Amino acid sequence: MTKVTRFSGRDPGASARILGFVAHLREHGFALGVSETQTAVEALTHIKAVDMTEVFLALKSVCAACEDDAKRFQMLFDAYWRNEGRIRSKVVKSPNNNVAKHTRTNQEDTGQQSAGTGEIDSPDTGQGDAESDGEGRLVASGVQNMMKKDMRELVSPQDIQDAALVARRMADAMRDRRSRRRIAARKGAQLDFRKVVRQSLSTGGEPIRLPRRRRPERPVQITALCDVSGSMTVYSRVFLSFLAGLIRTDSTADAYLFHTRLARITGALRDDDPLRALNRLTLLADGFGGGSKIGTNLDLFARTYARRFVSGRSVVIILSDGYDTDPPAALAQALKDIKKRGCKIIWLNPLKGWKDYAPVAAGMAAALPYLDMFAAANTLESLAKLEGELAWV
Amino acid sequence: MSDWTTLKLQLAERGYIASSDLAMALHISLKLGRPLLLEGAAGVGKTEVARTLAAALDTKLIRLQCYEGLDAGHAIYEWNYQRQLLAIRAAAEDGKTGKAVEERIFSEEFLLERPLLQAIRQDKSPVLLIDEIDRADQEFEAYLMEVLSDFQISVPELGTLTAKSRPYVILTSNGTRDLSDALRRRCIYAYVEYPDRATELAILAARCPDIDGKLAAQIVGFVQALRKEELEKTPGVAEMLDFAAALTGLGINDLNENLQILRATLVTLLKTQSDRANIPIEVAQRLAGKAA
Repeated sequence: MTKVTRFSGRDPGASARILGFVAHLREHGFALGVSETQTAVEALTHIKAVDMTEVFLALKSVCAACEDDAKRFQMLFDAYWRNEGRIRSKVVKSPNNNVAKHTRTNQEDTGQQSAGTGEIDSPDTGQGDAESDGEGRLVASGVQNMMKKDMRELVSPQDIQDAALVARRMADAMRDRRSRRRIAARKGAQLDFRKVVRQSLSTGGEPIRLPRRRRPERPVQITALCDVSGSMTVYSRVFLSFLAGLIRTDSTADAYLFHTRLARITGALRDDDPLRALNRLTLLADGFGGGSKIGTNLDLFARTYARRFVSGRSVVIILSDGYDTDPPAALAQALKDIKKRGCKIIWLNPLKGWKDYAPVAAGMAAALPYLDMFAAANTLESLAKLEGELAWV
Repeated sequence: MSDWTTLKLQLAERGYIASSDLAMALHISLKLGRPLLLEGAAGVGKTEVARTLAAALDTKLIRLQCYEGLDAGHAIYEWNYQRQLLAIRAAAEDGKTGKAVEERIFSEEFLLERPLLQAIRQDKSPVLLIDEIDRADQEFEAYLMEVLSDFQISVPELGTLTAKSRPYVILTSNGTRDLSDALRRRCIYAYVEYPDRATELAILAARCPDIDGKLAAQIVGFVQALRKEELEKTPGVAEMLDFAAALTGLGINDLNENLQILRATLVTLLKTQSDRANIPIEVAQRLAGKAA
């Protein structure tokens, strides 16, 4: 069914249809303003506007602004200009809509989750079933938590404010001193020839004062990966507020959550309203408090996001206790791959703050050779204390 | 025939096979005088578009390669300080100082044009390629927007220099960082993907006209299969052409003919140690077999 949509006789004309189309795209998340509408109409004057393919290609080049837009464009175009998308299905009221009215999850309660409680902190034997050995130790689990956790119960705006301060100080401590740019300075390695010439005019070409330039101090780009698996739940409050604070203070910072899956949360955290940001995060962090697959997730990170966002000027901060259900070799390989991008890796482990802690967890031991820094962090204060040590990073 | 298909043909004549998406975006950007932003993986031929367009329009290509820390001095203009100093000294020897000297040393004679200034001062509209804009800093990106919307540059000592001709601007990005929405909104956009089989065959035929049809199909099939493997650096179009050149140079007519040579020519496609380890000769053979 590829018939062109029939607009009603009252329809005021072509430009109004384009206007409608731009509004339609805007509703679907395209960042389009008035000028784009104008450009779109203008673009149509340079092609055969009766040819559907040409109109499609032309509008695509004007309205899409990123890869994601370009990929979704066909669907949205069809929905507006071709008949198929115009049919609205009638909403039929479901007879048993009183179920699960007060929960925030859209998962059905099958009763299986509650049957699994009490075993979630037991070691995963890899056979699929976790067994309880009653030792009460902290261990990683491979169970995926299907419940959604509301982040707003964990983090308050005040926490975020405090964390933002710590994050800013940490980012300030880590500065990149390599740069090809120069800025005017009292002391510096290079002469500012532009100024030398300007000022020597008054002295007949004799350069008496020598203004200088130096390399600017530039903050490094921070990429933070936070483990929110079951064993880390107690620290999530601190770390999540830290991430929120970091993203809000530093426009180049990048943040991710991982448990059994990896999610980029930078966009959600950048929301102007801190509470709404957490709300969006809730949707992303489906699986919060479940098992931990550090190796798999870091490997995924190394192969995807790291290629785009991690460079020689980056510091990758991993917030995790190192209890991993993946084989330690996977974690080591993933760190090695990330390290290849020339970045520094800092691992902040809440357990390291404990007395007599030793990195005995196999994953943690395997990770150590690739870390530039391995430090304790379980409270905001301990994060703040890192400031001094980060100066060398 | 409409304008954009003519443009597509013009590019094809010069060895660039553009997808409809790209040809249309290019057409619209030329007609509306808007910059064109091209995104896509490395090696899909983004830079090549600008080069071919310049050839098709029979105009100059001015290229600005962006890098971290690129500043106005390197992108727009700079004064030739050494010559200025010498001129001041020479003037002082002649007993001249003051306004006259100042006017002389801050004149066009001592101005070093960098790509952006060069681009707006051409008599015939050139193609201005701003390559890998995502590598430049955000401040530079913001400044660039100003230049691209007004096509005028102000030099404090000389005043505002307005464009003699509006350059055709092409920006490319590899997605190293997120570009600002403001920049994206000012541009016509096209996402360039790896060419499909038919397009890539056409590219190969356009670039290496002497290649045997069967071998061409094998090469393209092999490279397309290789792109589906898990690699650190996916081979692009340029690598495919290198591979074809290597094979024809060695006088090969069939990819499966000689394993040693296939192994040796893989260096044109696999550019890291781990990729080479990932594609041992057995795998290459399997891919080549599939491609045949």
